[in-house]
Amino acid sequence: MADTSEHLVKSYDTQLNRLRDMLTEMGGIVESQVALAAEAIMNRDSAAATRAVEEDPKVDALEREVEQFVIQLLALRQPMAGDLRRIVAALKITGDLERIGDYAANVAKRSIVLAQYTLPYSLAGLGHMADLVQEQLKSIIDALGAHDTEKAIEVWRSDRVVDDIYNALFRELITYMMEDPRNITPCTHLLFIAKNLERIGDHTTNIAETVYYAVEGEVIPDARPKGDTSAYAVIRPKE
Amino acid sequence: MSATATSSQAQSASFGGLQARAGSVMNPARIAIRNLDFFYGDHRALKGINLDLPDRQVTGMIGPSGCGKSTLLRVLNRMYDLYPGQRATGEVMMDDANIIDPKLDLNALRARVGMVFQKPTPFPMSIFDNIAFGVKLHEKLSKSAMEERVEWSLTRAALWGEVKDRLHSSAMGLSGGQQQRLCIARTIAVRPEVILLDEPTSALDPISTLKIEELIDELKHDFSIVIVTHNMQQAARCADQVAFFYLGEMVECAPAGQIFTAPKQKRTQEYVTGRFG
Repeated sequence: MADTSEHLVKSYDTQLNRLRDMLTEMGGIVESQVALAAEAIMNRDSAAATRAVEEDPKVDALEREVEQFVIQLLALRQPMAGDLRRIVAALKITGDLERIGDYAANVAKRSIVLAQYTLPYSLAGLGHMADLVQEQLKSIIDALGAHDTEKAIEVWRSDRVVDDIYNALFRELITYMMEDPRNITPCTHLLFIAKNLERIGDHTTNIAETVYYAVEGEVIPDARPKGDTSAYAVIRPKE
Repeated sequence: MSATATSSQAQSASFGGLQARAGSVMNPARIAIRNLDFFYGDHRALKGINLDLPDRQVTGMIGPSGCGKSTLLRVLNRMYDLYPGQRATGEVMMDDANIIDPKLDLNALRARVGMVFQKPTPFPMSIFDNIAFGVKLHEKLSKSAMEERVEWSLTRAALWGEVKDRLHSSAMGLSGGQQQRLCIARTIAVRPEVILLDEPTSALDPISTLKIEELIDELKHDFSIVIVTHNMQQAARCADQVAFFYLGEMVECAPAGQIFTAPKQKRTQEYVTGRFG
């Protein structure tokens, strides 16, 4: 139920539009952080890494601004139904975006350390994962601006692939570490980088769920895709 | 549109695993309205209303002016009988009796279905007599039984503590909020099953309003309550189920937690978010 019609009180519409714009702005910055972080790993570009880290305070500031604004709207407008859902959704999404920014900054920092090592293997898997995560993030920020639930569901489903790549990478990196202990340091960083990308995918999925709820008023009718299974990759827990 | 409120609709939206509002399961109907039409002369003011008013729960009725919500309230205790040219068709069942059956004993009905109006309407007599007056029409009580009944109703209306030392002074000396609680006490004194409240707080200050809302919460343990209100937040605070009316039709009826978070109908959504009304 996307409302296109306007409120009787016009300043309310202005405020809701401002809230949406704040989120898209925040989404844009976070998107660029993830892109810079991916570039930093793949091209060993420490300048890109530094830029990704430097964006973080902006994201944090925007998160606080969105939170304050949401509290104001709740107190002063006492929103109902679709408006209420959208405003509460903004509060949740701003938190997800902030976490994504943090993960991107962490990936960037690790890429600086990683640049000091010669890696005896290809980063193609990681590169593919980074591409997918970026695509999803871009789609969900578009869906957020356009109240597009079909797109949100698409993003939500595609998280499965990211999880599969992550699980494969996990096994692969463990193999390298077992082959040669000198691989342990770079591979540990790579593991964390992969995990961070996987977490970015999860937060993107969260945003997809929130967008769906905000627009439709109900939760996505399917079961949530199963994520990271790497916890049991080496040793399964006893039944 | 003739959505009927049944317990199958009593699912509230959940978000993040939180139930939107506790108590969103509806009790069995105290009054069952079926295919109700109402006419002011030739004007059809209510169109095919189907609605269950659950026992010992609060039903809120919302909608823009002229949507039929007050008309429906007036049907429920046959207020319209006073005016020629107004008539209702269909069924408004309370147990086995059809409320709109012209043969129904009106006095008996009004003892079962009490009404409180927008503006407090105390009689120009003492606080005690305001309450005793209505009781005397329906019951012959001894002096001590009457005193007990007056104390009981004033206590239930959360007014006893404020007036117990001046029961025999004029009710006109009470504040607006106290007068409205007196009217509620007067209504419950005849021990009705259903209480109809027509915008009971629109003439009151915020604190008196909250006292009435607290009272509604208290009274619903014993009475079925229907409240018509223009204040959406009030319906959200007080009602277990909310029915939205528009142009004489009931557009949607659902648990309050659903109507105010995820209404099913576009019209409801537009009204509760302030897009028309």
